[in-house]
Amino acid sequence: MSQRLTAADVAKVARLARLNVSPEEVERYTRQLDGMLDHFADIDSLELANVEPMTQPYPLVNVLRPDVEQPCLDRDEVLSVAPAAEDGRFRVPPSGGLHE
Amino acid sequence: MSDFGTVASIAADVASGRASARAILEQHLVRIDTREGEVHAFNLVMRERALESAAEIDDRVKRGDNPGRLAGVPVALKDNMCTRGVDTTCSSRILEGWKPPYDATAVKKLAAEGAVFIGKTNLDEFAMGSSTENSAFGPTRNPLDTSRVPGGSSGGSAAAVAAGFAAGSLGSDTGGSIRQPAALCGLVGVKPTYGLVSRYGLVAFASSLDQIGPFTHTVEDAAILTEVIAGHDPMDSTSIPQPAPDLVGVLGAGVKGLRIGRVADLPKGADPDVLARLDAAFDALAEAGATIVDVRLPSLSFALTAYYLIAPAEASSNLARYDGVRYGKRVAAGDINTMYADTRESGFGDEVKRRIMLGTYALSAGYYDAYYGKALKVRRLIADDFARAYADADVILTPTSPSVAFRFGSKTDDPLAMYLCDIFTIPTNLAGHPAMSVPFGTGQDGMPVGVQVLAPTLGEATMFRAAAELERAV
Repeated sequence: MSQRLTAADVAKVARLARLNVSPEEVERYTRQLDGMLDHFADIDSLELANVEPMTQPYPLVNVLRPDVEQPCLDRDEVLSVAPAAEDGRFRVPPSGGLHE
Repeated sequence: MSDFGTVASIAADVASGRASARAILEQHLVRIDTREGEVHAFNLVMRERALESAAEIDDRVKRGDNPGRLAGVPVALKDNMCTRGVDTTCSSRILEGWKPPYDATAVKKLAAEGAVFIGKTNLDEFAMGSSTENSAFGPTRNPLDTSRVPGGSSGGSAAAVAAGFAAGSLGSDTGGSIRQPAALCGLVGVKPTYGLVSRYGLVAFASSLDQIGPFTHTVEDAAILTEVIAGHDPMDSTSIPQPAPDLVGVLGAGVKGLRIGRVADLPKGADPDVLARLDAAFDALAEAGATIVDVRLPSLSFALTAYYLIAPAEASSNLARYDGVRYGKRVAAGDINTMYADTRESGFGDEVKRRIMLGTYALSAGYYDAYYGKALKVRRLIADDFARAYADADVILTPTSPSVAFRFGSKTDDPLAMYLCDIFTIPTNLAGHPAMSVPFGTGQDGMPVGVQVLAPTLGEATMFRAAAELERAV
Protein backbone atom coordinates (compact mmCIF):
# COMPACT_ATOMS: atom_id res chain seq x y z
CA MET A 1 0.00 0.00 0.00
CA SER A 2 1.45 3.34 -0.98
CA GLN A 3 1.58 5.90 1.79
CA ARG A 4 -0.76 8.86 1.36
CA LEU A 5 0.94 10.98 3.96
CA THR A 6 4.33 10.96 5.65
CA ALA A 7 5.57 11.71 9.14
CA ALA A 8 6.87 15.02 7.79
CA ASP A 9 3.33 15.92 6.60
CA VAL A 10 1.94 15.12 10.04
CA ALA A 11 4.60 17.18 11.80
CA LYS A 12 3.81 20.12 9.52
CA VAL A 13 0.05 19.80 10.13
CA ALA A 14 0.68 19.72 13.87
CA ARG A 15 2.64 22.99 13.60
CA LEU A 16 -0.18 24.58 11.58
CA ALA A 17 -2.68 23.46 14.22
CA ARG A 18 -0.48 24.76 17.07
CA LEU A 19 -0.15 21.32 18.64
CA ASN A 20 3.08 20.07 20.17
CA VAL A 21 3.25 16.40 19.31
CA SER A 22 5.82 13.89 20.46
CA PRO A 23 7.71 11.65 17.99
CA GLU A 24 5.55 8.74 19.22
CA GLU A 25 2.39 10.70 18.46
CA VAL A 26 3.68 11.64 15.00
CA GLU A 27 4.26 7.94 14.27
CA ARG A 28 0.80 6.95 15.54
CA TYR A 29 -1.11 9.78 13.86
CA THR A 30 0.71 9.12 10.58
CA ARG A 31 -0.40 5.48 10.66
CA GLN A 32 -3.99 6.26 11.71
CA LEU A 33 -4.54 9.22 9.39
CA ASP A 34 -2.99 7.33 6.49
CA GLY A 35 -5.46 4.48 7.09
CA MET A 36 -8.35 6.94 7.12
CA LEU A 37 -7.25 8.70 3.94
CA ASP A 38 -7.01 5.28 2.33
CA HIS A 39 -10.65 4.61 3.24
CA PHE A 40 -11.64 8.11 2.12
CA ALA A 41 -10.28 7.39 -1.38
CA ASP A 42 -13.69 5.81 -2.10
CA ILE A 43 -14.95 9.21 -3.29
CA ASP A 44 -12.23 9.36 -5.97
CA SER A 45 -14.45 7.13 -8.12
CA LEU A 46 -17.24 9.75 -8.24
CA GLU A 47 -17.73 12.14 -11.15
CA LEU A 48 -17.82 15.51 -9.38
CA ALA A 49 -16.70 18.03 -12.01
CA ASN A 50 -20.16 19.57 -12.45
CA VAL A 51 -21.38 19.27 -8.86
CA GLU A 52 -21.92 22.46 -6.86
CA PRO A 53 -20.23 22.27 -3.41
CA MET A 54 -22.68 22.34 -0.48
CA THR A 55 -21.37 24.34 2.45
CA GLN A 56 -24.53 24.57 4.53
CA PRO A 57 -27.87 22.80 4.57
CA TYR A 58 -30.31 25.69 4.87
CA PRO A 59 -28.99 28.64 2.89
CA LEU A 60 -29.82 31.96 4.49
CA VAL A 61 -27.99 35.01 3.18
CA ASN A 62 -27.27 38.45 4.61
CA VAL A 63 -28.65 37.60 8.03
CA LEU A 64 -28.63 40.79 10.07
CA ARG A 65 -30.20 41.56 13.39
CA PRO A 66 -32.14 44.81 13.85
CA ASP A 67 -29.69 47.68 14.34
CA VAL A 68 -30.68 48.28 17.93
CA GLU A 69 -28.35 48.46 20.92
CA GLN A 70 -28.39 45.27 22.99
CA PRO A 71 -26.79 44.52 26.32
CA CYS A 72 -23.51 42.64 25.79
CA LEU A 73 -21.60 40.25 28.01
CA ASP A 74 -20.46 41.71 31.31
CA ARG A 75 -16.76 42.58 30.99
CA ASP A 76 -15.85 41.79 34.58
CA GLU A 77 -17.68 38.46 34.39
CA VAL A 78 -15.87 37.53 31.16
CA LEU A 79 -12.45 38.54 32.49
CA SER A 80 -13.04 36.79 35.80
CA VAL A 81 -12.94 33.41 34.01
CA ALA A 82 -9.92 34.27 31.83
CA PRO A 83 -6.56 32.62 32.60
CA ALA A 84 -4.99 36.06 33.15
CA ALA A 85 -6.36 39.61 32.99
CA GLU A 86 -5.08 43.07 33.82
CA ASP A 87 -6.58 46.56 33.55
CA GLY A 88 -9.80 45.27 31.99
CA ARG A 89 -7.99 43.27 29.29
CA PHE A 90 -6.72 39.74 28.67
CA ARG A 91 -3.06 39.40 29.60
CA VAL A 92 -0.79 37.25 27.39
CA PRO A 93 2.94 36.59 27.22
CA PRO A 94 4.97 38.51 24.61
CA SER A 95 4.82 37.43 20.98
CA GLY A 96 7.96 36.25 19.23
CA GLY A 97 9.38 32.76 19.17
CA LEU A 98 7.43 32.09 15.95
CA HIS A 99 7.39 28.45 14.93
CA GLU A 100 7.77 29.11 11.24
CA MET B 1 -40.74 2.58 28.15
CA SER B 2 -39.91 2.66 31.81
CA ASP B 3 -41.23 2.89 35.33
CA PHE B 4 -39.97 6.45 35.75
CA GLY B 5 -42.32 9.41 35.38
CA THR B 6 -42.62 11.04 31.97
CA VAL B 7 -42.09 14.72 31.20
CA ALA B 8 -45.81 15.06 30.45
CA SER B 9 -46.99 13.34 33.65
CA ILE B 10 -44.56 15.16 35.95
CA ALA B 11 -45.45 18.59 34.51
CA ALA B 12 -49.17 17.84 34.85
CA ASP B 13 -48.77 16.61 38.43
CA VAL B 14 -46.70 19.60 39.50
CA ALA B 15 -48.90 22.19 37.75
CA SER B 16 -52.05 20.74 39.32
CA GLY B 17 -50.48 20.47 42.79
CA ARG B 18 -50.77 16.65 42.89
CA ALA B 19 -47.01 16.53 43.46
CA SER B 20 -44.47 19.15 44.48
CA ALA B 21 -41.48 19.93 42.31
CA ARG B 22 -39.35 19.32 45.37
CA ALA B 23 -40.72 15.81 45.91
CA ILE B 24 -40.19 14.97 42.24
CA LEU B 25 -36.64 16.31 42.39
CA GLU B 26 -35.88 14.32 45.52
CA GLN B 27 -37.00 11.07 43.86
CA HIS B 28 -34.50 11.76 41.09
CA LEU B 29 -31.73 12.73 43.52
CA VAL B 30 -32.24 9.46 45.40
CA ARG B 31 -31.80 7.51 42.16
CA ILE B 32 -28.66 9.55 41.43
CA ASP B 33 -27.30 8.79 44.92
CA THR B 34 -28.00 5.10 44.40
CA ARG B 35 -26.59 4.53 40.89
CA GLU B 36 -24.52 7.50 39.69
CA GLY B 37 -21.37 5.91 41.13
CA GLU B 38 -21.54 3.05 38.64
CA VAL B 39 -23.16 4.91 35.71
CA HIS B 40 -21.23 8.22 35.74
CA ALA B 41 -23.78 10.10 33.65
CA PHE B 42 -22.83 13.50 35.08
CA ASN B 43 -19.84 15.80 35.11
CA LEU B 44 -21.74 17.88 37.65
CA VAL B 45 -24.90 17.26 39.69
CA MET B 46 -26.50 20.66 40.33
CA ARG B 47 -28.14 19.66 43.61
CA GLU B 48 -28.35 23.06 45.33
CA ARG B 49 -29.46 24.99 42.27
CA ALA B 50 -32.03 22.31 41.44
CA LEU B 51 -33.48 22.53 44.95
CA GLU B 52 -33.73 26.32 44.57
CA SER B 53 -35.47 26.02 41.17
CA ALA B 54 -37.89 23.41 42.51
CA ALA B 55 -38.79 25.68 45.44
CA GLU B 56 -39.42 28.51 43.00
CA ILE B 57 -41.75 26.32 40.91
CA ASP B 58 -43.64 25.21 44.00
CA ASP B 59 -44.06 28.88 45.02
CA ARG B 60 -45.42 29.73 41.60
CA VAL B 61 -47.95 26.90 41.81
CA LYS B 62 -49.00 28.02 45.30
CA ARG B 63 -49.43 31.61 44.11
CA GLY B 64 -51.61 30.41 41.25
CA ASP B 65 -49.11 31.60 38.60
CA ASN B 66 -48.55 29.56 35.45
CA PRO B 67 -45.56 27.34 36.28
CA GLY B 68 -44.88 26.52 32.60
CA ARG B 69 -45.16 23.49 30.34
CA LEU B 70 -42.21 21.79 32.05
CA ALA B 71 -43.15 22.65 35.63
CA GLY B 72 -40.80 20.80 37.95
CA VAL B 73 -39.48 18.44 35.28
CA PRO B 74 -35.89 17.41 36.11
CA VAL B 75 -33.82 17.91 32.94
CA ALA B 76 -30.15 17.11 32.37
CA LEU B 77 -27.99 19.14 29.98
CA LYS B 78 -25.09 17.89 27.89
CA ASP B 79 -21.98 19.58 29.23
CA ASN B 80 -21.33 21.41 25.95
CA MET B 81 -24.23 23.81 26.52
CA CYS B 82 -23.43 27.08 28.22
CA THR B 83 -24.98 27.59 31.64
CA ARG B 84 -24.21 30.95 33.20
CA GLY B 85 -22.01 30.62 36.26
CA VAL B 86 -22.09 26.80 36.10
CA ASP B 87 -19.08 24.75 34.92
CA THR B 88 -19.23 23.85 31.23
CA THR B 89 -16.36 21.55 30.30
CA CYS B 90 -17.21 19.71 27.05
CA SER B 91 -15.52 16.85 28.99
CA SER B 92 -12.20 18.43 28.10
CA ARG B 93 -9.30 19.41 30.34
CA ILE B 94 -8.94 22.56 28.28
CA LEU B 95 -12.26 23.94 29.62
CA GLU B 96 -12.08 22.43 33.11
CA GLY B 97 -13.39 24.95 35.64
CA TRP B 98 -14.74 27.40 33.05
CA LYS B 99 -18.00 29.10 34.03
CA PRO B 100 -19.70 30.67 31.00
CA PRO B 101 -20.89 34.27 31.30
CA TYR B 102 -24.18 33.47 29.51
CA ASP B 103 -26.86 30.79 28.97
CA ALA B 104 -27.49 28.90 25.73
CA THR B 105 -30.82 29.82 24.12
CA ALA B 106 -32.16 26.25 24.42
CA VAL B 107 -31.29 26.30 28.12
CA LYS B 108 -33.09 29.63 28.61
CA LYS B 109 -36.18 28.30 26.82
CA LEU B 110 -36.36 25.23 29.06
CA ALA B 111 -35.93 27.36 32.19
CA ALA B 112 -38.67 29.73 31.04
CA GLU B 113 -41.08 26.75 30.96
CA GLY B 114 -40.23 25.66 34.50
CA ALA B 115 -37.67 22.89 33.88
CA VAL B 116 -35.40 22.06 36.82
CA PHE B 117 -31.78 21.53 35.73
CA ILE B 118 -30.40 18.58 37.62
CA GLY B 119 -26.92 18.36 36.13
CA LYS B 120 -24.42 18.63 33.30
CA THR B 121 -23.84 15.33 31.54
CA ASN B 122 -20.71 13.58 30.33
CA LEU B 123 -19.80 13.36 26.65
CA ASP B 124 -16.99 12.35 24.35
CA GLU B 125 -14.58 15.29 24.51
CA PHE B 126 -16.03 18.13 22.41
CA ALA B 127 -18.69 15.62 21.23
CA MET B 128 -16.14 13.66 19.19
CA GLY B 129 -16.96 10.00 19.58
CA SER B 130 -19.66 7.35 19.54
CA SER B 131 -19.23 5.72 22.95
CA THR B 132 -18.48 8.42 25.58
CA GLU B 133 -15.16 6.63 26.14
CA ASN B 134 -13.31 9.76 24.94
CA SER B 135 -14.29 11.88 27.95
CA ALA B 136 -11.37 13.39 29.87
CA PHE B 137 -13.31 12.59 33.04
CA GLY B 138 -13.86 8.86 32.45
CA PRO B 139 -16.49 6.91 30.54
CA THR B 140 -20.25 6.76 31.14
CA ARG B 141 -21.75 3.27 31.49
CA ASN B 142 -24.97 2.04 29.91
CA PRO B 143 -27.51 1.77 32.75
CA LEU B 144 -29.13 -1.25 31.06
CA ASP B 145 -25.84 -3.20 31.16
CA THR B 146 -22.88 -1.46 32.75
CA SER B 147 -20.37 -3.60 30.83
CA ARG B 148 -21.48 -1.77 27.70
CA VAL B 149 -21.17 1.77 26.36
CA PRO B 150 -24.19 4.08 26.32
CA GLY B 151 -23.23 5.32 22.85
CA GLY B 152 -22.05 8.80 22.17
CA SER B 153 -21.24 11.47 22.07
CA SER B 154 -24.24 12.43 24.23
CA GLY B 155 -23.82 9.25 26.30
CA GLY B 156 -24.27 11.01 29.64
CA SER B 157 -27.55 12.61 28.58
CA ALA B 158 -28.84 9.23 27.38
CA ALA B 159 -27.69 7.39 30.50
CA ALA B 160 -29.20 10.05 32.79
CA VAL B 161 -32.66 9.50 31.31
CA ALA B 162 -32.32 5.71 31.02
CA ALA B 163 -31.31 5.48 34.70
CA GLY B 164 -34.14 7.76 35.88
CA PHE B 165 -31.78 10.55 36.98
CA ALA B 166 -33.74 13.01 34.80
CA ALA B 167 -37.10 12.80 33.03
CA GLY B 168 -35.59 14.26 29.88
CA SER B 169 -32.30 15.68 28.69
CA LEU B 170 -30.72 17.67 25.91
CA GLY B 171 -27.93 16.39 23.72
CA SER B 172 -26.29 17.65 20.56
CA ASP B 173 -26.10 15.73 17.29
CA THR B 174 -23.38 16.40 14.72
CA GLY B 175 -23.29 12.94 13.13
CA GLY B 176 -25.65 10.88 15.28
CA SER B 177 -24.67 11.92 18.79
CA ILE B 178 -28.30 12.02 20.00
CA ARG B 179 -29.86 9.25 17.92
CA GLN B 180 -27.19 6.57 18.39
CA PRO B 181 -27.05 6.78 22.23
CA ALA B 182 -30.86 6.95 22.30
CA ALA B 183 -30.95 3.66 20.37
CA LEU B 184 -28.32 2.04 22.59
CA CYS B 185 -30.11 3.09 25.81
CA GLY B 186 -33.69 2.33 24.68
CA LEU B 187 -34.84 5.96 24.44
CA VAL B 188 -36.41 8.36 21.98
CA GLY B 189 -33.82 10.79 20.59
CA VAL B 190 -34.43 13.61 18.13
CA LYS B 191 -32.13 15.54 15.81
CA PRO B 192 -34.26 18.42 14.52
CA THR B 193 -33.87 20.15 11.15
CA TYR B 194 -30.64 22.18 11.00
CA GLY B 195 -31.63 25.69 12.09
CA LEU B 196 -34.84 24.71 13.91
CA VAL B 197 -33.18 24.93 17.35
CA SER B 198 -30.79 27.78 18.09
CA ARG B 199 -27.12 26.85 18.46
CA TYR B 200 -26.39 30.01 20.47
CA GLY B 201 -24.48 28.83 23.53
CA LEU B 202 -23.83 25.34 22.17
CA VAL B 203 -20.05 24.98 22.13
CA ALA B 204 -19.30 24.53 18.42
CA PHE B 205 -17.92 21.27 17.02
CA ALA B 206 -18.90 21.39 13.32
CA SER B 207 -21.08 24.43 12.79
CA SER B 208 -22.84 23.33 9.58
CA LEU B 209 -23.85 20.00 11.17
CA ASP B 210 -24.45 20.59 14.92
CA GLN B 211 -28.02 20.60 16.24
CA ILE B 212 -29.50 20.38 19.76
CA GLY B 213 -32.28 17.91 20.52
CA PRO B 214 -33.95 15.94 23.33
CA PHE B 215 -33.73 12.46 24.89
CA THR B 216 -36.91 11.11 26.50
CA HIS B 217 -38.73 7.88 27.32
CA THR B 218 -41.72 8.63 25.10
CA VAL B 219 -42.44 10.17 21.70
CA GLU B 220 -44.87 12.61 23.34
CA ASP B 221 -42.16 13.84 25.72
CA ALA B 222 -39.78 14.30 22.79
CA ALA B 223 -42.44 16.32 20.98
CA ILE B 224 -42.94 18.55 24.04
CA LEU B 225 -39.23 19.24 24.51
CA THR B 226 -38.67 19.84 20.78
CA GLU B 227 -41.54 22.33 20.70
CA VAL B 228 -40.11 24.18 23.71
CA ILE B 229 -36.54 24.53 22.40
CA ALA B 230 -37.42 25.22 18.72
CA GLY B 231 -38.03 28.58 17.10
CA HIS B 232 -36.15 31.50 15.60
CA ASP B 233 -33.31 33.09 17.55
CA PRO B 234 -31.70 36.32 16.34
CA MET B 235 -28.52 35.28 18.20
CA ASP B 236 -27.92 32.42 15.71
CA SER B 237 -27.50 33.57 12.11
CA THR B 238 -28.35 30.05 10.86
CA SER B 239 -31.62 29.92 12.81
CA ILE B 240 -34.61 29.42 10.49
CA PRO B 241 -36.99 32.39 10.74
CA GLN B 242 -40.08 30.32 11.56
CA PRO B 243 -42.03 29.62 14.73
CA ALA B 244 -41.77 26.25 16.52
CA PRO B 245 -43.87 23.52 14.88
CA ASP B 246 -46.92 21.83 16.47
CA LEU B 247 -45.80 18.28 17.16
CA VAL B 248 -47.84 17.13 20.16
CA GLY B 249 -51.01 17.81 18.16
CA VAL B 250 -50.12 15.33 15.39
CA LEU B 251 -49.17 12.34 17.54
CA GLY B 252 -52.59 10.71 17.28
CA ALA B 253 -52.96 11.28 13.55
CA GLY B 254 -51.80 7.79 12.55
CA VAL B 255 -49.97 6.87 9.36
CA LYS B 256 -52.86 6.04 7.03
CA GLY B 257 -51.89 7.29 3.59
CA LEU B 258 -48.27 8.00 4.51
CA ARG B 259 -45.59 6.69 2.15
CA ILE B 260 -42.77 5.06 4.12
CA GLY B 261 -39.47 4.75 2.24
CA ARG B 262 -37.39 1.58 2.42
CA VAL B 263 -33.82 2.15 1.20
CA ALA B 264 -33.30 -0.53 -1.45
CA ASP B 265 -29.54 0.10 -1.58
CA LEU B 266 -28.96 0.54 2.17
CA PRO B 267 -25.21 0.47 2.95
CA LYS B 268 -24.11 -2.85 4.43
CA GLY B 269 -22.93 -3.16 8.01
CA ALA B 270 -26.04 -3.56 10.15
CA ASP B 271 -26.29 -6.70 12.30
CA PRO B 272 -29.08 -9.21 11.51
CA ASP B 273 -30.89 -8.55 14.82
CA VAL B 274 -31.06 -4.84 13.98
CA LEU B 275 -32.31 -5.50 10.44
CA ALA B 276 -34.98 -7.87 11.79
CA ARG B 277 -36.38 -5.09 13.97
CA LEU B 278 -36.33 -2.71 11.00
CA ASP B 279 -38.38 -5.23 9.00
CA ALA B 280 -40.82 -5.47 11.90
CA ALA B 281 -41.14 -1.68 11.92
CA PHE B 282 -42.08 -1.64 8.23
CA ASP B 283 -44.66 -4.36 8.90
CA ALA B 284 -46.12 -2.39 11.81
CA LEU B 285 -46.53 0.79 9.77
CA ALA B 286 -48.01 -1.13 6.81
CA GLU B 287 -50.42 -2.78 9.23
CA ALA B 288 -51.43 0.69 10.44
CA GLY B 289 -52.31 1.80 6.92
CA ALA B 290 -49.07 3.22 5.52
CA THR B 291 -47.70 2.33 2.10
CA ILE B 292 -44.14 1.02 1.92
CA VAL B 293 -42.21 2.29 -1.11
CA ASP B 294 -38.67 1.49 -2.27
CA VAL B 295 -36.29 4.45 -2.57
CA ARG B 296 -32.66 4.54 -3.69
CA LEU B 297 -29.89 6.61 -2.12
CA PRO B 298 -26.83 5.61 -4.18
CA SER B 299 -24.50 8.23 -2.65
CA LEU B 300 -25.23 7.13 0.91
CA SER B 301 -22.22 4.82 1.05
CA PHE B 302 -19.95 7.86 0.49
CA ALA B 303 -21.46 9.81 3.40
CA LEU B 304 -18.92 8.52 5.92
CA THR B 305 -16.03 9.92 3.90
CA ALA B 306 -17.74 13.26 3.30
CA TYR B 307 -18.60 13.57 6.98
CA TYR B 308 -15.17 12.62 8.31
CA LEU B 309 -13.58 15.27 6.10
CA ILE B 310 -16.15 18.05 6.63
CA ALA B 311 -16.69 17.65 10.39
CA PRO B 312 -12.96 17.58 11.31
CA ALA B 313 -12.30 20.50 8.92
CA GLU B 314 -14.93 22.61 10.68
CA ALA B 315 -13.73 21.37 14.08
CA SER B 316 -10.11 22.30 13.37
CA SER B 317 -11.31 25.83 12.71
CA ASN B 318 -13.75 26.02 15.65
CA LEU B 319 -11.25 24.57 18.13
CA ALA B 320 -8.62 27.16 17.18
CA ARG B 321 -10.25 29.35 19.83
CA TYR B 322 -8.81 27.21 22.64
CA ASP B 323 -5.53 29.04 22.84
CA GLY B 324 -5.23 29.77 26.54
CA VAL B 325 -6.03 33.46 26.09
CA ARG B 326 -9.69 34.09 26.95
CA TYR B 327 -10.98 31.05 28.84
CA GLY B 328 -10.10 27.65 30.14
CA LYS B 329 -6.67 26.21 30.68
CA ARG B 330 -3.37 27.99 30.07
CA VAL B 331 0.08 26.43 30.26
CA ALA B 332 2.39 29.32 31.11
CA ALA B 333 5.27 29.98 28.72
CA GLY B 334 7.71 32.79 27.95
CA ASP B 335 6.19 33.61 24.55
CA ILE B 336 2.72 33.40 23.09
CA ASN B 337 3.31 30.75 20.42
CA THR B 338 4.81 28.34 22.91
CA MET B 339 1.89 29.11 25.23
CA TYR B 340 -0.63 28.25 22.48
CA ALA B 341 1.03 24.98 21.55
CA ASP B 342 1.74 23.83 25.12
CA THR B 343 -1.80 24.70 26.22
CA ARG B 344 -3.40 22.82 23.33
CA GLU B 345 -1.07 19.84 23.71
CA SER B 346 -1.89 19.36 27.38
CA GLY B 347 -5.57 20.39 27.18
CA PHE B 348 -6.86 18.28 24.28
CA GLY B 349 -7.29 14.50 24.35
CA ASP B 350 -6.14 12.03 21.72
CA GLU B 351 -9.30 11.90 19.56
CA VAL B 352 -9.68 15.68 19.53
CA LYS B 353 -6.07 16.08 18.40
CA ARG B 354 -6.55 13.41 15.73
CA ARG B 355 -9.57 15.24 14.31
CA ILE B 356 -7.88 18.64 14.46
CA MET B 357 -4.95 17.16 12.52
CA LEU B 358 -7.23 15.46 9.98
CA GLY B 359 -9.24 18.66 9.50
CA THR B 360 -6.18 20.88 9.26
CA TYR B 361 -4.72 18.52 6.68
CA ALA B 362 -7.96 18.45 4.63
CA LEU B 363 -7.99 22.26 4.58
CA SER B 364 -4.27 22.83 3.99
CA ALA B 365 -2.77 24.29 0.83
CA GLY B 366 -2.38 21.62 -1.84
CA TYR B 367 -4.94 19.24 -0.30
CA TYR B 368 -8.05 21.44 0.00
CA ASP B 369 -9.48 20.50 -3.43
CA ALA B 370 -8.63 16.82 -3.09
CA TYR B 371 -10.29 16.43 0.31
CA TYR B 372 -12.47 19.22 1.73
CA GLY B 373 -13.58 20.56 -1.67
CA LYS B 374 -14.52 17.08 -2.88
CA ALA B 375 -16.33 16.27 0.36
CA LEU B 376 -18.56 19.33 -0.08
CA LYS B 377 -19.53 18.06 -3.54
CA VAL B 378 -20.34 14.61 -2.17
CA ARG B 379 -22.49 16.36 0.42
CA ARG B 380 -24.49 17.86 -2.46
CA LEU B 381 -24.92 14.43 -4.09
CA ILE B 382 -26.32 13.06 -0.84
CA ALA B 383 -28.76 15.96 -0.46
CA ASP B 384 -29.84 15.48 -4.10
CA ASP B 385 -30.40 11.74 -3.49
CA PHE B 386 -32.64 12.55 -0.54
CA ALA B 387 -34.57 15.15 -2.56
CA ARG B 388 -35.35 12.48 -5.20
CA ALA B 389 -36.30 9.93 -2.53
CA TYR B 390 -38.65 12.36 -0.81
CA ALA B 391 -40.54 12.85 -4.06
CA ASP B 392 -41.74 9.26 -3.56
CA ALA B 393 -41.74 8.90 0.23
CA ASP B 394 -42.93 11.07 3.14
CA VAL B 395 -40.48 9.55 5.62
CA ILE B 396 -37.72 6.94 5.38
CA LEU B 397 -36.89 4.22 7.90
CA THR B 398 -33.38 2.89 8.48
CA PRO B 399 -31.54 1.38 11.44
CA THR B 400 -30.19 4.00 13.86
CA SER B 401 -27.07 2.09 14.88
CA PRO B 402 -25.57 -0.93 13.06
CA SER B 403 -25.52 -2.87 16.34
CA VAL B 404 -26.86 -2.89 19.88
CA ALA B 405 -24.69 -1.31 22.60
CA PHE B 406 -21.16 -2.71 22.39
CA ARG B 407 -18.72 -3.50 25.19
CA PHE B 408 -16.11 -1.09 26.54
CA GLY B 409 -12.82 -1.01 24.68
CA SER B 410 -14.05 -3.00 21.70
CA LYS B 411 -13.50 -0.14 19.23
CA THR B 412 -11.10 2.22 21.03
CA ASP B 413 -7.95 1.09 19.18
CA ASP B 414 -9.41 1.54 15.72
CA PRO B 415 -10.77 5.04 15.03
CA LEU B 416 -12.31 3.95 11.73
CA ALA B 417 -14.29 1.12 13.39
CA MET B 418 -15.71 3.69 15.82
CA TYR B 419 -16.57 6.05 12.94
CA LEU B 420 -18.58 3.27 11.26
CA CYS B 421 -21.06 3.41 14.20
CA ASP B 422 -22.41 6.57 12.56
CA ILE B 423 -22.96 5.19 9.08
CA PHE B 424 -26.79 5.43 9.22
CA THR B 425 -26.99 8.72 11.13
CA ILE B 426 -24.51 11.04 9.40
CA PRO B 427 -26.34 11.39 6.05
CA THR B 428 -29.09 13.31 7.87
CA ASN B 429 -26.63 15.83 9.28
CA LEU B 430 -24.98 16.34 5.89
CA ALA B 431 -28.41 17.04 4.34
CA GLY B 432 -29.57 19.13 7.33
CA HIS B 433 -32.74 17.06 7.70
CA PRO B 434 -34.53 15.94 10.88
CA ALA B 435 -34.35 12.35 12.07
CA MET B 436 -35.20 10.53 15.27
CA SER B 437 -34.56 7.18 16.88
CA VAL B 438 -37.48 5.28 18.38
CA PRO B 439 -36.99 2.19 20.57
CA PHE B 440 -38.44 -0.80 18.74
CA GLY B 441 -37.90 -3.95 20.73
CA THR B 442 -34.68 -5.74 21.53
CA GLY B 443 -31.91 -7.53 19.70
CA GLN B 444 -28.82 -9.45 20.74
CA ASP B 445 -28.55 -10.16 24.49
CA GLY B 446 -31.87 -8.41 25.09
CA MET B 447 -30.37 -4.98 24.41
CA PRO B 448 -32.63 -2.32 22.87
CA VAL B 449 -32.75 -1.63 19.13
CA GLY B 450 -33.69 1.76 17.72
CA VAL B 451 -35.39 2.40 14.40
CA GLN B 452 -34.55 5.69 12.74
CA VAL B 453 -37.29 7.81 11.14
CA LEU B 454 -35.93 10.34 8.64
CA ALA B 455 -37.84 13.23 7.08
CA PRO B 456 -37.08 16.15 4.75
CA THR B 457 -36.27 19.70 5.94
CA LEU B 458 -38.89 20.89 8.47
CA GLY B 459 -40.72 17.55 8.13
CA GLU B 460 -40.83 17.09 11.91
CA ALA B 461 -44.63 16.75 12.09
CA THR B 462 -44.72 13.80 9.67
CA MET B 463 -41.67 12.28 11.34
CA PHE B 464 -43.37 12.41 14.76
CA ARG B 465 -46.57 10.86 13.34
CA ALA B 466 -44.61 7.85 12.13
CA ALA B 467 -42.62 7.68 15.38
CA ALA B 468 -45.80 7.73 17.48
CA GLU B 469 -47.21 4.86 15.42
CA LEU B 470 -44.04 2.80 15.96
CA GLU B 471 -44.31 3.46 19.69
CA ARG B 472 -47.91 2.24 19.71
CA ALA B 473 -46.96 -0.89 17.77
CA VAL B 474 -43.97 -2.03 19.81
